[in-house]
Amino acid sequence: MAEAIQEGEYWRWPETVWVDESKNWKEAEVISCGIDLGSVSTQAVIMLDGELYAYASFRTGSSSLDSSERVVKAVLEKIGDLKLEDIHYIVGTGYGRVSIPFAHKTITEIACHGRGANFLYGPTVRTILDMGGQDLKAIKVDERGKVVNFLMNDKCAAGTGRGVEVMADLLAIPITEVGPLSLQVEEEPEPVSTTCVVFAKSEVLGLMRKGWPKERILAAYFRAMASRVVELLERVGVEEDFAITGGIAKNIGMVKRIENMLGVKALKPDFDTQIAGAVGAALFGRALYLKGKKKK
Amino acid sequence: MITAGIDVGSKYTKAVVLKNGAEIVGYANIRTGMDHEKSAREALEEALKAAGINRDQVDKIIATGFGKTSVPFADDEISQVVAAGKGGYFARPSTRTVIEVGAEESRGIKLAEDGKIRDFALADKCAAGAGSFTDAMARYLEVPLEEFGQLSLRSKGAAAMNAQCVIFAESEVVSLVHQNVPKEEISRAIHDAIADRVASIVRRVGIEDDVLVVGGLANDPGFIDSLKRELNTEVYLPEIIAPEYIPALGAALMEE
Repeated sequence: MAEAIQEGEYWRWPETVWVDESKNWKEAEVISCGIDLGSVSTQAVIMLDGELYAYASFRTGSSSLDSSERVVKAVLEKIGDLKLEDIHYIVGTGYGRVSIPFAHKTITEIACHGRGANFLYGPTVRTILDMGGQDLKAIKVDERGKVVNFLMNDKCAAGTGRGVEVMADLLAIPITEVGPLSLQVEEEPEPVSTTCVVFAKSEVLGLMRKGWPKERILAAYFRAMASRVVELLERVGVEEDFAITGGIAKNIGMVKRIENMLGVKALKPDFDTQIAGAVGAALFGRALYLKGKKKK
Repeated sequence: MITAGIDVGSKYTKAVVLKNGAEIVGYANIRTGMDHEKSAREALEEALKAAGINRDQVDKIIATGFGKTSVPFADDEISQVVAAGKGGYFARPSTRTVIEVGAEESRGIKLAEDGKIRDFALADKCAAGAGSFTDAMARYLEVPLEEFGQLSLRSKGAAAMNAQCVIFAESEVVSLVHQNVPKEEISRAIHDAIADRVASIVRRVGIEDDVLVVGGLANDPGFIDSLKRELNTEVYLPEIIAPEYIPALGAALMEE
């Protein structure tokens, strides 16, 4: 029975709530919040005068409203005494940004990811690859994190988080393990012949029947998916420094293959790569609040 | 003179037996198995049985389709584009544009007045532009594939669907079903989506009348209906044989 319950849950990734205990929100002049309501995950980030203070990263539920409320509630609870009313400015972003009723403003996720990556990785970042649950974005930014160009693929699951979830489920391997496992091959196999996740799925079933070990199958799958991602990146042109944000940035199997194909290394993050959009939104929130105050 | 064409497709293997390059005397269709050679042999044997012809009476065997290279007993092989073009022209000589939609692939082929191939366009392998889309969705809606095509014809409109990828459409369809959106409207939305993708490929070669639709998905009346609306022109199905046999017929025609 235990196995039956676990079945189909291999896609589930760990949710996080984090707060920097060394900071005190009561001393902050501007408390801003960014909420990135994505198709697969939702993040809330709270910043104190433009410094990262707390965040939560959860799975998006079937209702956008509930998902945004849930993630904000979680981060406020972790802080303890901070209330929603104490926050000066809230910016919503992401696919479901229009369904966040308590946001003062909404800003596109492209702009937020640019700004957020600039903050998290530093001003040397010029190219950002955001690999989300449902789409891929290649974003070029200037030294202030302002978007100068971007390309997006939102029509196809190849190379997205959804595509990785499908494979984790099919092979019955937890999603956090598929990346490292895919690197445990002595030699890279030929990639699966199609990047379409539907066809790759049947190809993978065929490889399973042939008795291929799972790490080899994952390697073949991620190679095909990485080539699709690299195609998008090459169209926008990769200029260093290069950074990867979003959930797939945590998948070492995809990251390594993308780096190898591009011949460019991605900056190593020392934080949760899924919060970049919400960080950007919170930074915009602070700027908007200060601008509004000046007017008064 | 007896020739046989075998089309080893990703889902079905079709064989057509032709007499004197003019008369279809037998045909058969079987599910493609793991062993492509075996599938090809079985399809051929069934078609020969239907024709009442012995294997040693066959003068030439030509293979086509994605598994064409795994038919060692074939005398020759031809590309899917040539096979569909040739078969389409034979079935309807007034055809100038052949649209082939199989289980996994779709393509547009432009023909000259004499049936020669002038141009063609292939899609990237994408399940959203092929028969696989209806397979997956019929399964989700729990209706037989035959009924899925009919549903679309009875709908008053299309359900609002954003997804252009089968993987994303799966979850979208689940929520549409939960919202009690009629299956007819979901079926129509899916057929519209496939027609939109197929049309965008065929437009690359230009659409010229008559338009002939071949391949397995041509049997789906919902798809044909959506395609007509999308292309805004009349489209025809082959009359001499079912649309999925056209490439196998084209292969059999190679030895006239």
